[in-house]
This record gives sequence, structure tokens and C-alpha cells, in this order.
Amino acid sequence: MSATLYGLLGAALVGIGLFGLLARPSPLLRILAFNLLGGGVFLVFGAVARRGAGAGFPGDPVPQAIILTGIVVAFAATTLAVMLLLRLSAEGEGRSDPP
Amino acid sequence: MTGLLADLAIGAAILALAAGMVAARSAFTATAFFIAYGLLLGLAWVRLGAVDIALTEAAIGAGLSGVLLLTAAARLAARPVATERAPGPLLTALIALCCAAVAVAIGAAILSLPEPTPSLAAEVAANLPATALGNPVAGVLMSYRALDTLLESAVVVLAVVGVWSLTPPGGWGGFPGPFHLRVESGPLALLARLLPPIGIVIALHILWVGKDAPGGKFQAAAILAAMWLLAWMAGLATPPRIASRRLRFAVSAGAGLFLAIGVAGALAEGAFLAYPAGWTKALVLAVEFALTASIAVALALLVMGPPEEEDRA
Repeated sequence: MSATLYGLLGAALVGIGLFGLLARPSPLLRILAFNLLGGGVFLVFGAVARRGAGAGFPGDPVPQAIILTGIVVAFAATTLAVMLLLRLSAEGEGRSDPP
Repeated sequence: MTGLLADLAIGAAILALAAGMVAARSAFTATAFFIAYGLLLGLAWVRLGAVDIALTEAAIGAGLSGVLLLTAAARLAARPVATERAPGPLLTALIALCCAAVAVAIGAAILSLPEPTPSLAAEVAANLPATALGNPVAGVLMSYRALDTLLESAVVVLAVVGVWSLTPPGGWGGFPGPFHLRVESGPLALLARLLPPIGIVIALHILWVGKDAPGGKFQAAAILAAMWLLAWMAGLATPPRIASRRLRFAVSAGAGLFLAIGVAGALAEGAFLAYPAGWTKALVLAVEFALTASIAVALALLVMGPPEEEDRA
């Protein structure tokens, strides 16, 4: 039951994250929205893992391990995106372009 | 029944925070929502029986990401980046409609999953004694899907290289990240002195029990990185220059050792990343410890960022 509930939550997060990514103009908000989208995908995968519980485990350990790896990779990608953004803001400092 | 109520409450809160994040006017508000969302997502993972993921989500998703994004939001507020024009109301409605369709399609897929669910749990359980590990997730990470873990540890090293490559002219080889003055009083000064000894012990405990219980290198590395960042932000610890050979060795040692063991397995056992019989536990532990140290240093360096323009030495 809770697997289905969190799976549906994951689907909703994918939709919300995708919307934020496409509709919000602020770059930092887009990075956050992309993380929401990723979190939703992980939750959908986690719901599938939970349904595969068996052999005394609370969930299928194979998807669980891959989600764990995915969280670390998503964090590494997020830092790279944020640092690119900060470099962009530092570069734009001296200039005074019209908006 | 209480379980279902807890699930509904956690799910509703996560949904509200996600909607608030996307609707937020300022990046600060959105980041604050994101940290709360990460912590609640940790609870959701506990409810899904994935305590390993819950620990990682709380430490990395809420903790380290929170520090990174709050710092970035503050710096971007001071020096904003030119943003594109927001889409008009008609286009926004169209985007919302398409995103809702994607969500509904994934939801429909969730509701029509096959029964019984195909699962590898029984096979993992049958082969777990061969790995000498008690935690099935650790068994998958270090043995059955060791290649994924190896690639993942290489991605973290590459991310550090990528962040360092954003060093502005004149800063190469300097100290990573902005300079922090020593904080003499206040909560940060207190916590930066009080927490690291406790945090280091907890991280080592999580690493050690990770063989047989939820925990392991990622969670331990995230906590160690957080302790280093705390001391750094309070001005108590100066990280080494990025030109330091020892720092570069620390970042790459874990992935290097894992790769070397993988190649040795190919030579000795005929398969890449195969552990020789009887040596599994010792080799897995060696890789776990080396990777913990390397990932901790790499995660902290990722949050610190590239050196600033002026060399302050």
C-alpha cells in the first residue's frame, strides 16, 4: 500500500519538477526543480523496490543500491551546475548589460 | 492504519514543499523548502524499508545540498545572473498541462505494475553468504554491482576536476572556496568545536556497521565531509591548496584502489572486479575505508568550490 502511495508521490514530483524546470526563469530554481525531478524518479524506483520485498528483506536490495549511487551522482552534478552558475555571476560582475 | 496515516501525512507534506519550491519567489525560500523536503524524503525512505537510502538522503540530499544551495543563493542575491523572460500565461498553462500528463502517465504505470513484482531479492539472499557481508545493499554495491560503485566513485573525482576547472584566472592552485574569517563566538563557533569529534565517531560507526546493517561508505563520507565543512566555515580549518599533491591523492585514492583491485581480480580470477575466494571481506573492507576517505574529501571540496580570483597566501 505505502509502495503505491510513494510511487504516485514520485510521479507527482516528476511532474512538479519538470514544470519548475521549464516554467521558472531563475537558474537556481531550475537546478532545484531538476533535483525534484530526480527525487521523483528515485521514489518511483524505490516504490518498485519496495514491491519486490522478499527473502526477509524489506525491499529489493538491487534497486535500493542503485538509488544510493544515483543520489551521490545527482549531488555531484548539482554542485557542478551551481559552481557554473556562480562563475557566470562572477563573470558578469564587471559588465553592465541592459537586462 | 497509523502507518497509512503517517504515509499520507509525509506524502502531503512533501507534495506541499515541492509545490512551494517551484512557486517560491526567492531562491532563499526555495532552498529552505528544499532542505525540509530532503529531510521528509528521508522519512519516506524509512517507510519504504530503505534505511540505507534514508541515511544518504538526509546527509547528502538535505545536509550537504543545503549548505551548497544556501551559500549559492546568498552569492547570487548579491550578484544576480541575467535570467530569461518567464513564459507567458498561455505557454505556462500549456507546460503545466504537458507536465501533468507526464505525471499521470507515470502514475498509471505505477498502478499497473505486474503482480507479483519481479524481484532479485531471493537471488541476493541466496548469494549473500559468498560476500561475507550481512547488509544486502552493501553486498549489491560492493559485489554484484561493484562496477556501478566504481564508476560512481570515478564520477565524484571527475566532478571535483570539473569544479576546479572553473577556477577564475589567477586563482589556479590556490585554496578552494571563499575565505572564512575565524568565528570567535556564536552558535557556529560553538558547534564547529563541539560537533566534529562526535560526528567523526558516528561516521566511523556507520562505516563499520555498514557491512551488516544499514550504513556504509556514502553515509559515513557525507557526515565526515559535513564535519570538515563546519570547521572550515567557522574558520578553524584551512583546506590544503588544490595544487597539493597530497590533496589530489586523497581525492583519487579510493577510486584508484578499487580499480587496482578490479584489475587484480581480472588477472587472478579471470573477471574484472572478481574477488579471490576467502579474500572478499578483507578487500571489500579495504575499498570501503579508502572510498570513505576519498569521497569525504571530494564531497567537501565540491561544496567549497573552486579557488577564488586572488591568491591569499
